[in-house]
Parts: sequence; C-alpha cells; structure tokens
Amino acid sequence: MTPDPVPPAGRIALVDLLDRLLAGGVVVAGDLTLSIAGVDLVRVDLRLLVGAVAATLPAAPGKELPP
Amino acid sequence: MNTTELLYAYAVTQDAGDLGEALETVTGVAGEPVRAVRQAGLAALAGPVPAAGFDEAALRASLEDLGWLERTARAHQRVVDAAAAAAPCVLPLRLATVYRDEDGLRRMLTERGQHLRAALGRLDGRCEWGVKVYTLPPRAAPAGPSAGAPPAPVRSGRDYLRRRAAERTTRREEEQRVDEAARTLHATLATLAEDTRLYPPQNPRLSRQPGRNVLNAAYLVPREQGPRFTDAVARLAEAAPADGVGVELTGPWAPYSFVTPAPP
Repeated sequence: MTPDPVPPAGRIALVDLLDRLLAGGVVVAGDLTLSIAGVDLVRVDLRLLVGAVAATLPAAPGKELPP
Repeated sequence: MNTTELLYAYAVTQDAGDLGEALETVTGVAGEPVRAVRQAGLAALAGPVPAAGFDEAALRASLEDLGWLERTARAHQRVVDAAAAAAPCVLPLRLATVYRDEDGLRRMLTERGQHLRAALGRLDGRCEWGVKVYTLPPRAAPAGPSAGAPPAPVRSGRDYLRRRAAERTTRREEEQRVDEAARTLHATLATLAEDTRLYPPQNPRLSRQPGRNVLNAAYLVPREQGPRFTDAVARLAEAAPADGVGVELTGPWAPYSFVTPAPP
C-alpha cells in the first residue's frame, strides 16, 4: 500500500512555497513597484537557505536535469 | 496620496465580476481585507498594508527574516488560493509586489495588459503540479556476493586500496542510478504535461529532507487531466524505492512557475 503522495491540504512545505513565490509569479516592474526582482532581495545567507532566487530553467524532457 | 498605506498586490485575473464573494473571507499579508482593482478587463487582487512594514527599506530587512517570509508567503498563497477557487485562471504575482496607490496598480494593468491577457489565455484551465525526487537512505544490506558477511580483514595496503576503490565505484554507481531514475521519471511526467520547469534542488536545511534532492520540477497540466497526472505520479512513487529514490507530489498550484512562456 503506497501512501497518497499528495500532502493534506494546508500543509504546504515552506520550501515549496518559496520556490514559487520567490522565483515564480509575475514580475511587474514599474516606477511605482517595489518587487523582489527590484529589491535585490537577500544577502548571501538567505540566498543559500532558500536556493530559489535563481531563475527557473526551461526544461525539455529527458536531458536537462541539473548536474 | 496616502503616505501611510501602500497597496500589496497578490494576483491578476480576468475581470469576470464574481470575485467579491471569494475574497470576502480571506485576509492578506497584513491581516487586511483584499479587494479587486479593475482596469482594462483585468482585476488585480490587492489590499492596503502599512507603509512602515512594506516600503522598500522595511522589505529589504524583512525579506531576510525567515519567520516574516513564512508568514507573508503563506498569506500571499491564501489569497491566491481563494481567487483560484473562484476564477478560471489566476496569475500569481511575485511575493512582495507593492504599489504606492491604486493609480499605480491601474497603470500597471494598463501597461502590461496585453502581456497579462496573453498569459491568462495560455494558462486558462491549467494547474501546476510539483514533483520532487529524493535519494533514500542507503539500504541496510548492500546487494552483492558479500551481502551480510562481515568484511574480510585488511591484510595489506593493497587490500585497503582495493576496498576503497570498490567503495568509490559503488557510490558512483549509486549516484548514476539515482540520476537516471530521476531523469526517466521526469521524461515520463513531461509527456503528460504541456510544459515543465526545473527548480534548483532544495536546500535540506529548509526542506528537512535527509536525502539529496535530485529533481525539483513543476508540470503544467490541464485541470481535467489532473487525475491522470497524479495517478502516474503515484505509480512512479510506488516503483521508485527500488531505484533508491522517493517521490513527493505537491499541488495543484496556481501556475506560479509558468507565468512566463518558456524561451524557444
């Protein structure tokens, strides 16, 4: 019996959320906008911790896994 | 202009009219009510937040505070989820997108309208699923002729070196097997998805996973094909331990990872 791999609702891991909220989502720039892209988020410590600030890589099936 | 309040924006949807009810019960990153700001056929979901907590200087400091980051990210996600339950397609905005006032937000909707409408059209009726692959702890009894037997005593320097070389080979083979398993799994799931994105492997300090994260991917899947996709993940997850890996599924997410089209 394999446990359902979907975690129960409301138990999203912070790390998965940060992947998406810090590297995904629409980045809208403008003179009145302060967004993470413009804030030059993070000193080294948070960048190391989160590991999600780098842009996501486009993926073609089967041959582009990170080394 | 109100200098004590800013406007925190969460997401953009088509201005379909019936978002009000969905937003009635949800509160934003500062506990504030969230409303739809409508312009150019689009609706931006936004709420007033204190400038003292969300101006540039405050954000610079807060973004380095993991506790703040968690509270804010979860609140942001709550609003996106509430909107996603009511609208056919929701474009989440990047965390901490803050405007001075409603005029600024409306101006963005006008200026970026074409781009935003294109993204809403492209992602309409799609969900994002996340799949991660981790290495499992090494099995207790290694396979091979000497399985279970105590190691032969080291008799010479040559014995020692031979054993070290064998251990290195085993480790390398193990890593290759794991990478190959992740690659095959990704290729299989990619055939069930319209688009895919790869995130960098997650940091174990945040994920609290003992294993090495060898795949951290997002898949864009039409909503009605969600069950087919999650069934496939469940089957792969069942078979994965034989290859020394575990599989974790998250979602469905609003299409955070796909708001920008993949470069050709």
